[in-house]
Amino acid sequence: MSVLVVVEHDRGTMTPASLGALTAGRNLAKQINTTMEAVTVGANADALSDAISAYGATTVHQAHHAALVDFGPEAWGESVAQVVRKSAPQVVIGCGTDSGHEVIAQVAARLDLPASMNCIEFDAAFDGSQPLRMTRARWGGSLLENAQLDASIKLVTLANHTVEPVEAPTTANVAVVDVELDPSVMHSFVRDRVERVAGVTLATSPVVVSGGRGVGSAEAFGPLEELAGLLGGIVGCSRAVTNNGWRNHTDQVGQTGTRIAPEIYIACGISGAIQHWVGAMASKNILAINTDREANIVTKAGYAVIGDLHKVVPAISEEIRRRRGQ
Amino acid sequence: MNILVCVKRVPAPGARINITEDGQQVDTAFLGFTVSPHEECAVEAAVQLVEKHGGEVTVLTLGDVLAEEQLRTAASVGAVKAVLIPIEGMDWDAQRTATAISSAITALEAANGTFDLVLFGNESADSCGYQVGVRAAVKLGRPMVNGAKGIDIADGVATIRRESDAGQELYKLPLPACIGVREGINLPRYPTMKGRLASKKVEIQRTVISAEAGGLQMIQLQRPPERVSNTQILGTGPEAASAVVDLLVELGVFK
Repeated sequence: MSVLVVVEHDRGTMTPASLGALTAGRNLAKQINTTMEAVTVGANADALSDAISAYGATTVHQAHHAALVDFGPEAWGESVAQVVRKSAPQVVIGCGTDSGHEVIAQVAARLDLPASMNCIEFDAAFDGSQPLRMTRARWGGSLLENAQLDASIKLVTLANHTVEPVEAPTTANVAVVDVELDPSVMHSFVRDRVERVAGVTLATSPVVVSGGRGVGSAEAFGPLEELAGLLGGIVGCSRAVTNNGWRNHTDQVGQTGTRIAPEIYIACGISGAIQHWVGAMASKNILAINTDREANIVTKAGYAVIGDLHKVVPAISEEIRRRRGQ
Repeated sequence: MNILVCVKRVPAPGARINITEDGQQVDTAFLGFTVSPHEECAVEAAVQLVEKHGGEVTVLTLGDVLAEEQLRTAASVGAVKAVLIPIEGMDWDAQRTATAISSAITALEAANGTFDLVLFGNESADSCGYQVGVRAAVKLGRPMVNGAKGIDIADGVATIRRESDAGQELYKLPLPACIGVREGINLPRYPTMKGRLASKKVEIQRTVISAEAGGLQMIQLQRPPERVSNTQILGTGPEAASAVVDLLVELGVFK
């Protein structure tokens, strides 16, 4: 009996999402009076056991197989499924990331168990014996669902960024599990990888200057590029812009684009539909520039300028240059 | 090559999602419906692959009779066959849906041969369950990768490109395979008038399937706490520039 956390790592480096999952796992284990255990996939993650025990795991199951070098959703899912069969946890918690969802979905399919993704809260009255009730995020977080998971082993993922990582050091036992992998799960390993060029990205930039339908054309993004450049930021856009072919999808902020959390989000000519808002709502500050005082984004933003972005944005750049004495 | 694309009919919400009084559904009284965004791109990806390699695209959905609208949308941009797994009332859960889809695929393949590719969306826009495609693939015993931002086919192998925090990953799956597609893999085309007319003539095959409910049960929907912002209007028009730069200084992003 335990709560088992599936640790996400990239070639032996633990991801930040894992720390939240471990913290949530420890809290839930305490609630149902059991221990929190963890599973790592691949021998290149063995060295993580100390870092994992720092978050309170009492046992780390290390799934080993010669093929487990890089990520592969099917091999990872099958490996975790075998550890689950062996250790019989009450709850299994995965990371609420694309690959975290994918691994838990694979585990669920292989064990024929239900799974609840993107959980943000678990029932405080859960004692380990009854069905697990939880709140999970739908529509990218703009709607919540109270749900019930009725199964011998409850499989969930924790929505990313919902639990702040807190350490609780202990000493973990290490249990090596030599998993057996059928050739059928060997196809989907990463075969090659092009590393991201270091530098500011849409997801990490402290300043994002974004344009929506109101910008009007691909060319009209010029002044937004200029403002972003002056502030060391990045240009983003809404789905309407991508659909019009004005900018590449890699610039899209939203439910099906990139989730951002900059120091300031400057939203120009964006109405703030749900699809867009869920990608931008984690921004620490939002400045909306819009002709419509009643636009959804204006009512939700901390700051707004009412006016035509085609005039306001160049004026801001001009003021920045003036103060810098340029 | 023969490609099946599984799509879902979802509401197209604007600025706010309202729920019905009993908390069981999204209130769609004033909403239109669409193909879930990742799946719209999956349809386009399938049509492009068939344009390049030959073959045909079949589209499948599970829903009530109204979901025929989304099948016809897919047909208007290039799918030539459409299959509806009819269900009544509430959405089926992920386990039940995946069982129905894999059973339907097995039945379709017995009649017409194997689909080289079965495409899904990475996750549905409304329920965000992230699992129907994976479950169906495991039931069919086919390899599956989610999150595809690029698909190339050569010599019976699908090369899949996807993005991660670390960079761009390449996967190679032997056909037949299943793939979950992400928005951004392409820019879906608009239907032409000719396509719209052709879509009206596509016969929709109804495949009735029964499947048992799974273990995840929705109890109630709720709206998250409203973000109440006492928006501070910094000014009107270009004259507000100075106040904006003052704010940038205050936030430490102007140096």
